[in-house]
Amino acid sequence: MSLTPELFKNFVKKRATILYPFKERELVHVPEGLRGEVAFHRDRCIGCGLCFRVCPSETIEMIEDERGKRPKFYLDRCTHCQQCEEVCPTKAVELTKNFETVGFDRREAIIE
Amino acid sequence: MSSFKIPIGPQHPALKEAENFTFTLDGELVVGAEARIGYMHRGIEKLMETKNYIQNIPLVERICGICNVAHTLCYCQNVEYLYGKEIPRRAEYIRVIIEELNRIHSHLLWMGIAAHEIGFDTLFMYIWRDREVVMDLIELLTGNRVSTASNTIGGVRRDIDGEKESRLRKGMGLLKKRTKYYKEVSAKEPSLLARLEGVGILTPKECVELCAVGPTARASGVKVDVRADDPYAAHDEVPFNVITYDTCDLLGRFLVRADETVESINMVEYCLDHMPKGPIRIRLPNTPPIGESVSRVEAPRGEDIHYVKSNGTDKPERYKVRAPTLGNLAALVTMLATRGSYEVYVADLPIILAGIDPCMCCMDRSAKFIELRKGREWVWTWNQLKQYAKKQVEIQGRRS
Repeated sequence: MSLTPELFKNFVKKRATILYPFKERELVHVPEGLRGEVAFHRDRCIGCGLCFRVCPSETIEMIEDERGKRPKFYLDRCTHCQQCEEVCPTKAVELTKNFETVGFDRREAIIE
Repeated sequence: MSSFKIPIGPQHPALKEAENFTFTLDGELVVGAEARIGYMHRGIEKLMETKNYIQNIPLVERICGICNVAHTLCYCQNVEYLYGKEIPRRAEYIRVIIEELNRIHSHLLWMGIAAHEIGFDTLFMYIWRDREVVMDLIELLTGNRVSTASNTIGGVRRDIDGEKESRLRKGMGLLKKRTKYYKEVSAKEPSLLARLEGVGILTPKECVELCAVGPTARASGVKVDVRADDPYAAHDEVPFNVITYDTCDLLGRFLVRADETVESINMVEYCLDHMPKGPIRIRLPNTPPIGESVSRVEAPRGEDIHYVKSNGTDKPERYKVRAPTLGNLAALVTMLATRGSYEVYVADLPIILAGIDPCMCCMDRSAKFIELRKGREWVWTWNQLKQYAKKQVEIQGRRS
């Protein structure tokens, strides 16, 4: 019974939820500095392999391409801990604000 | 036959985690309780021996989803003890802020769960709505709602600057008002009192004998809190009151958590006022010196103990975690059974179980095999387990 005043206050309030994902997508609040999906800039990478050393979930594999050593990302294993971005000396790896990373095929979640 | 046994679990009606309890019933009266643990064993300690110290931080974080900050703090502190290095004062203050925000979120979560377990879903919804305030603040400060990943070896990873600070203060003000309101409401709400008062009794003597920790112990009037007894991080400077109640029942546990939430909010505000300026992190070499160390942290559920042994390589030789739920489990089993004039009924089991804020996943550190029909018990080593698995695969291959 002691909650009754609170109950009446909420009659005139707006609803607390939003109709994500089909409507009101613009109302989703994405904060500054969210640890989202990994993005990789090939032109900045020097192939030092530091990101490979700190990755806890074996997301990163070191491969060689025509420009030398570089990381290959298996994003389905990523835990978004941001240690690769933090350790990268040339800012070649960064975490974007994209949080909608759902897919049907894990082969599509590879950056190479 | 005057009494009969019912097994509850591993798929449990009250908990969202797999644990097995066997209750001996006499009518509606629970006369005996027995717990079997080990269903949620994940082999984290073994896995930690195969990864280096930096890679282990996100792994330690996943020991417990809700009190993840306590575990990472304990781990990072532990490794820093190995190096014998002090971290910057500002980093210690930020660690306390994130830890206390985590405690606020965990306690509000538990208060909602408790209301849900006794069928008071209105209170559950309101508390969880307001919990979103602190979740948003954690997301703002660290980049994620639950897994904060803010502590690292040698300090913290993100600083708290002007705009974040003002939003944090605003949020704390709102939360303080709301938490005080919920405490006021719950202390006089008859439907809540009827379900919580005098239920799940744990006397101070039993509490000390069974080594209960955290809010469970403090609700029985036992003043234990690592933050006060053995201050770590910036807790030696941040003042706070150790909340105790002597009702020894679930109502006490509810009120202890409500009051602790307010205390935590005050601590965050104090930290914001008195935080020194300076660096937030020092760089340490990859390999700590040979040695061993123990670190203690007051997690939202109680005392969390970590042990590390380093052998001079970049990977720990042995890592051991004692999560708070293990400390509370013996007390829980005692609480679940009728003794003396205190009676336990079947209807009270869910809320008594939820009363210690159990986190079974954090707790299960070993697995033992029991063949119930023959009464045989044994433990397998890694190699024996591998051989067994190989044999089973061969048998299955032959069948198909």
